[in-house]
Amino acid sequence: MNALFASHPHDGPDGGDSATQLGHLVTGELDLSHGVALYLEDITVSFDGFKALNNLNLAIDAGELRCIIGPNGAGKTTMMDVITGKTRPDSGKAFFGQTIDLTRLTEPEIAHVGIGRKFQKPTIFEQHTAFENLELAMKTDKRVWKSLLAWLSGDDRDRIADTLKLIRLDGEADRPAGLLSHGQKQWLEIGMLLMQEPKLLLLDEPVAGMTDDETMRTAELFVSLAGKHSLVVVEHDMAFVEKLGGKVTVLHEGSVLAEGDLATVQNDQRVIEVYLGR
Amino acid sequence: MSATSSVLPLPASGRVPLTLRVFAALDRKAWIALAVFLALALVVVPVLNLALPPESVFHVSAYAITLIGKIMCYALVAVAMDLIWGYGGILSLGHGLFFALGGYAFGMYLMRQIGRDGSYGADLPDFMVFLDWKELPWFWLGSDSFGWAAFLVVALPAVVAFVFGYFAFRSRIKGVYFSIITQALTYAAMLLFFRNETGFGGNNGFTDFKRILGYPITAPETRLVLFGLTAIALAATLVFAAWLVKSKFGRVLTAIRDAESRVMFIGYNPLWYKLTIWVISAVLCGIAGALYVPQVGIINPSEMSAANSIEIAIWVAVGGRGTLIGPVIGAFTVNLAKSWFTVSFPEYWLFFLGLLFIVVTLLLPQGLVGLWKKLMARKGAPA
Repeated sequence: MNALFASHPHDGPDGGDSATQLGHLVTGELDLSHGVALYLEDITVSFDGFKALNNLNLAIDAGELRCIIGPNGAGKTTMMDVITGKTRPDSGKAFFGQTIDLTRLTEPEIAHVGIGRKFQKPTIFEQHTAFENLELAMKTDKRVWKSLLAWLSGDDRDRIADTLKLIRLDGEADRPAGLLSHGQKQWLEIGMLLMQEPKLLLLDEPVAGMTDDETMRTAELFVSLAGKHSLVVVEHDMAFVEKLGGKVTVLHEGSVLAEGDLATVQNDQRVIEVYLGR
Repeated sequence: MSATSSVLPLPASGRVPLTLRVFAALDRKAWIALAVFLALALVVVPVLNLALPPESVFHVSAYAITLIGKIMCYALVAVAMDLIWGYGGILSLGHGLFFALGGYAFGMYLMRQIGRDGSYGADLPDFMVFLDWKELPWFWLGSDSFGWAAFLVVALPAVVAFVFGYFAFRSRIKGVYFSIITQALTYAAMLLFFRNETGFGGNNGFTDFKRILGYPITAPETRLVLFGLTAIALAATLVFAAWLVKSKFGRVLTAIRDAESRVMFIGYNPLWYKLTIWVISAVLCGIAGALYVPQVGIINPSEMSAANSIEIAIWVAVGGRGTLIGPVIGAFTVNLAKSWFTVSFPEYWLFFLGLLFIVVTLLLPQGLVGLWKKLMARKGAPA
């Protein structure tokens, strides 16, 4: 932990860690000039000798919609942890665009440079209303002082209302989020992600617990987001993956086993072995 | 978020002056209650104390004023505790330290105000004469000045809280671990203050105060002024705290309490939010301590004992966490019970306190305020 802080670029002696400067002083603007949004090279993460990620290589193009599949323990969640700064890799590179080194930023900083994450288990603020959940997620200056004096503008309210409509929660705006159904909570978390205006969305099993109808609507939403945003979706639901229609990456034991469109991957002999057992 | 209950029809969006937002933090009922409270403390009590003869049934005794004044200081501490525990989800078992630091900082000034009226008739405080010290230690420099004392009352708890909090929150120490460390912190401070060499009167602490700003400290008028100031401080703290928890800052704070990782991944750094509320809470405790010492007439290291800090948490739990008014009710309930018990059944007080804590934890998780709300809801519902 300490080494981690010591290597931190903005962790000055005044304790003025970058949170006080978030939004201004991260490592420059996102540079997508080479068409690559996310670039992981030889990422290795081990926990007590167990290699959760083993020389993982992955490149996501700007505007791409990528699905990640793989059996339990393949390293899907660890990969998201590395991208969002929750876990530091033992070795390897993780770049967002051409210039932003993700291994040197904290979680809030990574959120600020434009990566949004949806957890496997819906993680929302249950005591807050749906409206407030979106308000807190909204892209803005998130320093303490600004929050003390923050007051929503008319435009802000319109944006929140639009997002509520998009995630079909406009009738539930003032209900505590804890009272929403499971599927609604999933949607609310997706809405929070959208309020952040991220360039890259990481979505960990976003349709778990949704009805078929909700699942299909989610797929439509994601497809409509691709192009403007890059999306990385971890999912087990093959019907959903098929509906998304993007390139599929299969993870196994911490590295990439196969990559390609869904049909190719499904016919890959090694993938079949991994999924059906040897 | 919804401004439905506020006094003013505030616009939902656009530019709203800060003063109006603070005004809107409380609803009409709360403002009326606050006004009644201040009228009682600033007008009714002084009149009943000074104008009525001691034989009168309505006479408010000096004892009662000191007791209520003391409990109002405790209530202020309880509100400070509610900010960090009820809203921030961080249980401090070391808040007695910040209270004592404020008390000691102001106590130094009161010690210097004794002048040559101490039992040794010396320029130095009695305990220094007793230790055969010839001059004031460097950290007593400026203790003659009321302004410097007032500055220390705020600055000392703030600095200690900032340094401790920065390292604790940066290392992501949470939950019971944090509580235990705060308990150790106040205990260590108590041991330090117990030593005569530390320079704060050892286990006797500071007492025998004579004057404050030149006025005799035990005069009825001085007591009433201190009483009134305490009431104002408590009322102001409630308004400030209500504004704080209704601001976006307050919503981020409760969000950190409920789902810290989500808060980080939407771009807030919890460290600075926790540290801010932690320092605010400590400073409020320091102010309470400074108001407490001249009224009670003594400050000693037992204020930093582990049990004292735990008791603060009990006041808040009894009244109701995360309600702001609950902790005030809790502080009054528990301390009035305490002053009755310690006179009538002194040996049973701690048993009662323990029992109270168990009952509240098991049966009243929302405290007295929660019980009241439940009763009101039942009354409101058709039978």
